[in-house]
Amino acid sequence: MIEVKDVFKSFGDNEVLKGITADFKPGVTSLIIGSSGSGKTTLMKNMVGLHEPNSGKVFYDGRDFTSMDTEERIDIRKEIGMLFQGSALFDSMTVEKNIRFPLDMFTDQSKAEKLDRVNFVLERVNLAGKNHLYPAELSGGMMKRVGIARAIAMRPKYLFCDEPNSGLDPKSSIMIDELVAEITKEYEITTVIVTHDMNSVMGIGEHILFLHQGEKWWEGSKDEITSTDNKELNEFVFATKLMETLLKK
Amino acid sequence: MVFHYFGKYILLIQAVFRKPEKFSIYKNEIFREMVSIGLGSLGIISIISVFIGAVTTVQTAFQLTSDLIPKSIIGGITRDSTILELSPTICSLVLAGKVGSSIASQIGTMRVTEQIDALEIMGINAPGYLILPKLLGGIIMIPMLVVVAIALSIMGGYLAGSASGAVTSQEFIQGLTTDFIPFTLAVAMIKALVFAFIITTVSAYQGYYTDGGAIEVGNSSTKAVVISCIAILISDYVIAQLLL
Repeated sequence: MIEVKDVFKSFGDNEVLKGITADFKPGVTSLIIGSSGSGKTTLMKNMVGLHEPNSGKVFYDGRDFTSMDTEERIDIRKEIGMLFQGSALFDSMTVEKNIRFPLDMFTDQSKAEKLDRVNFVLERVNLAGKNHLYPAELSGGMMKRVGIARAIAMRPKYLFCDEPNSGLDPKSSIMIDELVAEITKEYEITTVIVTHDMNSVMGIGEHILFLHQGEKWWEGSKDEITSTDNKELNEFVFATKLMETLLKK
Repeated sequence: MVFHYFGKYILLIQAVFRKPEKFSIYKNEIFREMVSIGLGSLGIISIISVFIGAVTTVQTAFQLTSDLIPKSIIGGITRDSTILELSPTICSLVLAGKVGSSIASQIGTMRVTEQIDALEIMGINAPGYLILPKLLGGIIMIPMLVVVAIALSIMGGYLAGSASGAVTSQEFIQGLTTDFIPFTLAVAMIKALVFAFIITTVSAYQGYYTDGGAIEVGNSSTKAVVISCIAILISDYVIAQLLL
């Protein structure tokens, strides 16, 4: 479980996060949503330590991540997998080397064991046999799936996804969402997804956190999101014509 | 402001020397960088060195018009200026352009495409993994390139002297072997080591703190070359002042 307690973050005079508190439970797909500039990516970066909060705490299963030094954080980071918006695959490495990289760095497994693990996760993301392709040879959706495979290669307890659907067609988008949700359930992972894609919200949003101007504005599930009278949330949810039309029907 | 950047640079260097996660992976990266920096630059360094030696010989001969000065001194001047200044400094300035811009753009691209964030999230010491192999590769290979450059410059001088008739082969070799001070070679190696450190770390720093997109990567690459060149020239003067 990840607990975020009263996190504030500002860049110069610009206050981006204003006291966010939230819990993210294992086996549940949590989505942080909000319009551009609402602070959702900043919140995620504060949670994983890519940014340091000005105040507030982040706990990983009771372990105070914010108070740890670099060395202590490494142990927790080995339990974290992250899918980046642009996939962030190492472009000088093949698919297999990308996925094997954390295993090479942190485990003493034999080559055969590592290859087994690589093939297993590749099969899990429906990319079996693509071991020797380079990132430049993959489509956007395939790159995301390799990103997921790399993120889960170390059997993480926590999975973060930053805009996993950006730049993907609706079909690939749904495939990625379903894959992440399945993995979350299958391995009891604490999954946090930052998105502004309403398809994802309505598809896999078990636990949704809506941020507005750096504050937690609303928290609930996909079943509750369309029936709330929260004005800002409604403006966000019904911003697309498609959502509006579907709900009217 | 300068102190702020210098402080950031020192902190980055400090992080580079943190204990590697797995030495075998670092070892492979170091060899890869040695090939990239060393073999990758051998061609350009060879061409430049031969011509530097040739031009030094011809121009020295042009300036020595007095019959009272023996022609053999041309060999001595070519040797000393090549060893002390031309090979280490000019080669390093060229390498700042070739190797430095490549390091800055490589690391800068990794920064803007979140590959460095990915390394950090995995729990890998990104400065160590990305910069240490380049630094060690540079420190090992750049002095070797300078040794090759010295040899080729002297050879270029010898060939140009003979071909132009400015100095005979015997006179050139006589000048080359007279009054040689071995310490000048030590100075050249010290310069090469310092310049290698500057080229790799300054360029890596510029790349590591790139913020933005393609334009910023280009800017970082340009800044890496400009700052490395200035730092090389300043340290060249300081080393000469201290050691000679």
